[in-house]
Amino acid sequence: MSQQSVLYDVPGPRQRRLTLILSVVAGLLVAAGAYYLIYLPLDEKGQFSLELWGPLIDPSNENFVLVWQRIWVGVQNTLIAAVLAIVCSLVIGTLLSILRIQLKSLTTRRFADSTAPVAYFLRGLSLGLSALTRVCVEVFRGLPVVITIFFVARGFPEFGITFDTLWYLVIGLTVYNGVVIAEILRSGMEGLPPGQREAALAIGLSPLQTTGLILLPQAFRIMLPALISQLVVVLKDTSLGFIISFEETLNIGKQIILALSNPIQVYVVIGLLFILANYSLSKLAQYVQRRLARGRKTAGLPPQNPPPAAVTAQAEASVV
Amino acid sequence: MSVLVDKFDVFAGGFWLTLQICVLAAIGALILGAVVAVLRISPVPPLRALGTAYVTIFRNMPLTVVMFFAAFALPALGSNADFLRIPVLDVVFTRLSTDLPYFRFALIALVLYTAAFVCEALRSGVNAVSPGQAEAARSLGLTFGQNLRYVVLPQSWKASIVPLGSVIIAMIKNSALIGFFGVVGDLSATADQLTGAEGYAFIPVAIGISIGYLIMTVPLGALLDRIEQRQAVAAR
Repeated sequence: MSQQSVLYDVPGPRQRRLTLILSVVAGLLVAAGAYYLIYLPLDEKGQFSLELWGPLIDPSNENFVLVWQRIWVGVQNTLIAAVLAIVCSLVIGTLLSILRIQLKSLTTRRFADSTAPVAYFLRGLSLGLSALTRVCVEVFRGLPVVITIFFVARGFPEFGITFDTLWYLVIGLTVYNGVVIAEILRSGMEGLPPGQREAALAIGLSPLQTTGLILLPQAFRIMLPALISQLVVVLKDTSLGFIISFEETLNIGKQIILALSNPIQVYVVIGLLFILANYSLSKLAQYVQRRLARGRKTAGLPPQNPPPAAVTAQAEASVV
Repeated sequence: MSVLVDKFDVFAGGFWLTLQICVLAAIGALILGAVVAVLRISPVPPLRALGTAYVTIFRNMPLTVVMFFAAFALPALGSNADFLRIPVLDVVFTRLSTDLPYFRFALIALVLYTAAFVCEALRSGVNAVSPGQAEAARSLGLTFGQNLRYVVLPQSWKASIVPLGSVIIAMIKNSALIGFFGVVGDLSATADQLTGAEGYAFIPVAIGISIGYLIMTVPLGALLDRIEQRQAVAAR
């Protein structure tokens, strides 16, 4: 709504009348379009018949209980995979972001207290490790999640390591989302005012303590909305389990379709389930963001740098 | 490693097909996304509700569901997506006019899904323009069209280019899904084909496929980082 006040004047009586007329016309057009282009062709093909919808919405249908039992199994599997993937990628992401920050600060050290060859060796080592982690991050961030999951599922058995399909999915999701979360946290830490780090070092905290006690908690706080949107991404990405035939919601849906041959109806229901879950998660993210914005104002803290748009936007958009 | 040399044409073909669908989907998503963004900021409530509903639905559904839905719902609506056989385009992008409609279905799903994110990127750009700018333009007596054209859009364009780029990168990555959805011969289908049916060693194939995707995503990401840094410097 804030949009309104930016682009348009507060409407006068004539403008209000015009808006009302346009609203009615547009509403009628949209309704007519939906009726003629969507409802009629679907009705013609009998897509609204109770035979197709019955197993999903009619409790007296013989298949109703069975279908929803299967869907419930799928939902449970989706949630298990999502929770495991979220926990693992949070842990991995936090560790990776600490590692990258530490290595980055090491590269600026000159190791003047060691003898010359040792100092050169240490500088080379820290530069090399820093570059290596950077390459890893770029590679895994640049690969599609589907491909990562596929590589994990095909690659591990190649070396004689086999797990449950659940773990292939979790590992694949963790590799991608862990790296993304690491980048979110890192940019959060680098966006903090430099005085935070300097003050921490000045009172005698070691670099690791500085990161763990001062920088990381603040980065978590600033980046909480971005982290929650990443949860939406993980939840959506679990639907990729179907490529390695993990029994999550979508795969269960496919099985139901094989048995009852009502694809449109099943996908509508599954789509609604996903929309419901993800919509409430994104509302939560918005609520947290508002709370944080308000908290910052009342606490009288200095305004913190907002996260770079590229990181958050890509994190949010990279949903499959 | 010999598979990388022997099957180079397969990798190159997969890369070309992935690139094709990315270019087509990017064009489609930018157009549709702009339309939805206009709907979302229009002064007419039903149109605004339509735009909001569109974004809410497609942002919160997995692309997988959108794709399967496209594949089943479009035929039920009586269309094989033949309207995508655009006369001149289908000479360059030959897959548009093949008889198997999966490429067109996948393209439609990708466009529908990405358009929701494009819309949000554009809208966040318009929101980033400070209200005083548009107010000043109105008080100068610029009409709505002039206001958009000379004051709001040039500024919002700057604010939305980085998010737009991120959306496009995400779309390139999402396009990997089409190989598992039934489109034959793109990069991800090539990975499946070579390691599965043809039994090539896993690691070389994985390296080849990864290079194919990284060629598209990493330079674009680096470019975006540069633009963002320059904008940050300019804003200081």
